[in-house]
Amino acid sequence: MTMKALTWRGVNKTAVESVPDPQILNDQDIILKVGVSATCGSDLHLLGGYIPAMRAGDILGHEFMGEVAEVGPAVRNHRVGDRVVVCSFIGCGRCWYCEQGLWSLCDNGNPNPAITEALWGYPVGGCFGYSHALGGFAGSHAEYVRVPYADRGAFTIPDGVDDLDAVFASDAAATGWTGVDQIGVQPGDVVAVWGAGGVGQMAARAAILRGAERVVVIDRLPERLAQAENAIGAETINYETDSVAAELRERTGGRGPDICIEAVGMEGDSAGPQYLYDQVKQQLRLETDRPMAVREAIHACRKGGGVFVLGVYGGLVDKFPLGAVMNKGLTLRGAQQFGHRYIPEILGLMASGEVKASHLATHVMPLDDGPAGYRMFKNKEDGCVRAVFRPEG
Amino acid sequence: MKTSIKLAAAGAGLAVLVRAVGRSRARPFAAGHGDETEPSNRWRAVTVNQPQEQIAPDGALPPPLADLGDVIEVRISKAAGGKGTELAARLRDPEPSGAAGLAGRLAGDDPGQAVRSALRESKQLIEAGEILRVEPQPTGRRASTPGSWLIGTVTRRAGSEGVL
Repeated sequence: MTMKALTWRGVNKTAVESVPDPQILNDQDIILKVGVSATCGSDLHLLGGYIPAMRAGDILGHEFMGEVAEVGPAVRNHRVGDRVVVCSFIGCGRCWYCEQGLWSLCDNGNPNPAITEALWGYPVGGCFGYSHALGGFAGSHAEYVRVPYADRGAFTIPDGVDDLDAVFASDAAATGWTGVDQIGVQPGDVVAVWGAGGVGQMAARAAILRGAERVVVIDRLPERLAQAENAIGAETINYETDSVAAELRERTGGRGPDICIEAVGMEGDSAGPQYLYDQVKQQLRLETDRPMAVREAIHACRKGGGVFVLGVYGGLVDKFPLGAVMNKGLTLRGAQQFGHRYIPEILGLMASGEVKASHLATHVMPLDDGPAGYRMFKNKEDGCVRAVFRPEG
Repeated sequence: MKTSIKLAAAGAGLAVLVRAVGRSRARPFAAGHGDETEPSNRWRAVTVNQPQEQIAPDGALPPPLADLGDVIEVRISKAAGGKGTELAARLRDPEPSGAAGLAGRLAGDDPGQAVRSALRESKQLIEAGEILRVEPQPTGRRASTPGSWLIGTVTRRAGSEGVL
């Protein structure tokens, strides 16, 4: 049997191909009939060749929900027909890291540990559709996808939660929750969030729900800033028209934000000359990532505050302001999402109406339109925040 | 091949050694470095999130390590801070080094690769109850480019390579 899937074909090239159906490979697997699968800003790093561990033919997509089509013999929590959302990271739930709630650091979820072990000293967990460095798992931009450790990574969606909300519990919301919880946002905090994409907006919403007194989202795209204000309830700064540092200083009585969350990643933009500097260095492979937003967050943060890096970075950056980290007594943290510990809470908040995410899905389209969807998403055409695919059309 | 498991206390009694002894003359175990009777190879180790008694119940090593027979020595000890059990293995014979070692690693027949795989798979079996597979799985058409070949080769070695 074959199915349709959206594959990576080379730098900035995707295609819809006919591929074999997935099969149960381990007893704890399920096969999911994909209902909705979303593009993510971190996919753009794969598309653009910034994470050079993709092979032509790899199926993209890691943020998804759907209906259980088949269960392995050791699956206990799910049955055929269940409507579930799946965490984009793959965790076994039984290693020390999973037991500590650090799910994306799972010791057992990545069958290709040597790659990230060589890059970062120790391997991290696996992720659907996110290169051979993170396990080489087939992604979710397909009619069906195999889900390992399904009792741990698939979560039943409450009745009343729409597919287009639930799908973002898989990654965008779970990532936002990870940053806010792990850096320790407290009631009364002022929180600044760099990036008004899906992850940035969800981080802002998480901060508001944790009691932050003011939450400021920074971006340059008016449609995303409008969403951050109207759908999330945050304040905004447009970095193309305002000085971020000056605005944040003014809005915080000269202190700076208590918590700064970076949700931009390795292909960041900025209004200043450093953008050109980092572009040149990245293209010459003198640095792998452009860290403008991280630099700005570190500089803007108040003394003794916290900075959390949620944007995806792969390797080495230049001009890292270590002096500011050390002398201002900052806490600097980062992580891929620990979604398994937050998704039940997020789904509950979606069911009660306190978290809405479907506005992120600005362009819903059939899988056949996937290549056009990625082009639109990458180039921010037509106000695209997220292109979202429905394999059934 | 005759194989027996010998358990011995070491140091303060926390460390348990599991040695697959299949040779006519077993090597004595030395606690310190630099003993001439010790193989020169470094221990490779994973920490398993289970108590010591679950690692080799009744002296039976997990199948991936047991399958290596007397090629390796195995050491089992309690991990610090309640982090489970350290499961370590090393080859009895000196590992290839230099150009020969590099060639073996590239060709996929370096003996250290089998030890890495066996440790990782043993940990998975004990903790998660299965060895996570990824192939066969759906893919589109593979390109016959050098980049695709390189990633394919790296991926094939990625379960048995690394800094472990």
